[in-house]
Amino acid sequence: MSETKDISTMTIKDVPNKDYFLWGHGACPGCGVAIAVKNIMKLLGPETIVYVPASCLVVFGAQYPTSAFEVPYLYTAFENTAAVATGIRSAMKRRGKKAYVVGLAGDGGTFDIGLQALSGAADRNEDIIYVCLDNEAYMNTGIQMSGATPFGAWTTTSPAGKMISGKRRHKKDIDHIVAAHGIPYQATLSIAHWNDFVRKVEKAKQVDGFRFLHVLTPCVPGWRSQASKSMEIARLAVETGMWTLYEAEKGESSLTYKPKKMEPVIEYLKLQGRFAFMNEEDVNTLQRWLCHKWWLHYKDEVEAPPCYIYRAEKPLHMDGDPLHGA
Amino acid sequence: MVTKVISADHAVAWGARLCRPEVIPAFPITPQTLIMELLSEFINDGEFDADFIPAESEHSVMSIAVGASAGGVRTFTATSSQGLALMHEMLYAAPQIRLPIIMVNVNRSLGAASGIWLEHNDSMPERESGWIQVYVEDNQEALDMVLQGYRIAEDERVRMPIMICLDGFVLSHTVERVEVPDQSEVDRFLPKFMPINALDPSDPRMINPLVPPEYAMEMRYQLDRAMDSSRKVISEVDEAFALSFGRRYGGLFDMYEMEDAEFALLSLGTATTTARGVVDELRSQGKKAGLIKMRFMRPFPEKELLQAVKNLKALGVFDRSVGFNSFGPVFTEVRGALSPLRLPLTDHIAGLGGRDLTLEEMRSIFARIEESASGKIERDVYWHGLRGEQK
Repeated sequence: MSETKDISTMTIKDVPNKDYFLWGHGACPGCGVAIAVKNIMKLLGPETIVYVPASCLVVFGAQYPTSAFEVPYLYTAFENTAAVATGIRSAMKRRGKKAYVVGLAGDGGTFDIGLQALSGAADRNEDIIYVCLDNEAYMNTGIQMSGATPFGAWTTTSPAGKMISGKRRHKKDIDHIVAAHGIPYQATLSIAHWNDFVRKVEKAKQVDGFRFLHVLTPCVPGWRSQASKSMEIARLAVETGMWTLYEAEKGESSLTYKPKKMEPVIEYLKLQGRFAFMNEEDVNTLQRWLCHKWWLHYKDEVEAPPCYIYRAEKPLHMDGDPLHGA
Repeated sequence: MVTKVISADHAVAWGARLCRPEVIPAFPITPQTLIMELLSEFINDGEFDADFIPAESEHSVMSIAVGASAGGVRTFTATSSQGLALMHEMLYAAPQIRLPIIMVNVNRSLGAASGIWLEHNDSMPERESGWIQVYVEDNQEALDMVLQGYRIAEDERVRMPIMICLDGFVLSHTVERVEVPDQSEVDRFLPKFMPINALDPSDPRMINPLVPPEYAMEMRYQLDRAMDSSRKVISEVDEAFALSFGRRYGGLFDMYEMEDAEFALLSLGTATTTARGVVDELRSQGKKAGLIKMRFMRPFPEKELLQAVKNLKALGVFDRSVGFNSFGPVFTEVRGALSPLRLPLTDHIAGLGGRDLTLEEMRSIFARIEESASGKIERDVYWHGLRGEQK
């Protein structure tokens, strides 16, 4: 697709008014997925074909005979977003039809069950836009742990038990995995950083080949948070290092937003019931992991006060993860 | 028309090329790979224009095929055995979305007691997936059924996918004389593909959203009716094919020496050729043997079979797969269809896991059927060619 706009100066004011993901859908109030999809669809416009795998979006986005999508829409299964999108793309090319083919998958459908199809399509550099709407668990089936669930988080399959409580592994770095395919464009997006959001979707529109957009989408029932706090939580995710805004073009990655300084992760955790039972040791483990990640992303360019404490406390690799050593 | 001496896999690749599919997703699996290799050669040599998509799994192959077909282009693929099983989930998407995909399944045994050899236990379990399912006997029929297949699948009364099953190695890797039609002949026989309800930004529609109970049952019934309509279309297309190419396959099933037959075998796949030879032998001995060549397992020709066997004294059914401590799938279907009759029926299991089905075994199959005609039935299910005694 090649209409050239100066993306670098675009802001939230450049989001078109016309909706292609309409009101009347059945998402929860404060749903990060609905907010992200609504705006992605505004930016992509009418010449778009949507594939949605099994996910919340398939339930609240369209149920026969109604649909919130005002563009062509297909659903079949859970693990095949990138593959079905490949087929649609190929058909459009053969028929000479102009269309963005976009897959709107959840984190389970991307990190876990859909990873193989994602890797295949990325490897073939299929000309599609793959969006991962990451609410950090299998929310549609009732909040089960996924590869995207962060350390310490309660889910229905990482319950707060007497012996084990919360997820014991850190979040899988899907962006790193995708980056290893050497695709033309990938980016991480936040629903609290709109100018950045708009530019990344626009950039994805202008690039040919496989594009991967990864959006953190707070989930009110799954994160045990208040509907009015979704934006604040999304912003704090970036301020604490739980989420980093960057993009990579042809393997060259660059930060697109730098927080002024690092906030302690407890500020993020305390707004969400899913972290409510984390003990001090678990919070420290998560904080140490974040300090390590923060340094990898920002080096010493952004001040990280919580890390002065935790760096001194224990070597970084001793993060409580048995695979990282005791 | 050109005559070539080629394997069934190559015959299928020629058939596919002549039908001009635009998208061909594929994943390698023996004994299917020769099909995809030859299609790739056609494309890379510039002789044939299609998107060949080397997917990373068969699950993705069928997902890509569904996406492409829903996107409004003629789509072809081929698989076998474990690959078909991996596709299982996606097989169920294509019929209900009414996508006329053609897929060749090269029959090979599925699962443990693992091997790459011929058995029908890969495709038989997919009878209820909603695909039309046909079994071919030789390489010419393999090619011809691709041509017929598109015309049946794309007929507005049908709009369903078709699985063409051919016997692994016995056909897939064995060369025979095959008449390859000219492109112009095929273009006259097979109209250009006209998509219905395709994904298209200029005419947005949703395809297969979640369907609540208020509607899902009617959609199943519509598919049931489409399967029923395909019976008529299958015989019409066979007639049209005979007019264009001079070859006729009999539609849902074919018959050999059945006019005055007293006992007969119902077989499918390459076993039919062996059986035909034994029928000739028996006829030369004055015995009234006959043969029903089963072609379509879906739609299943219940009424027509009832008619075809009404003068028989006994019928045997050949199965190249097993229902454990039960009956083979073909037998189960046939017995259901013939339940109004008091006809002695026996199931004959042979050639599993690539075991050669010899002329001698086929003779013993017919001998069992003949004795069942005179009332001697030792058991319902006979295993032939088993090392040791069947208990």
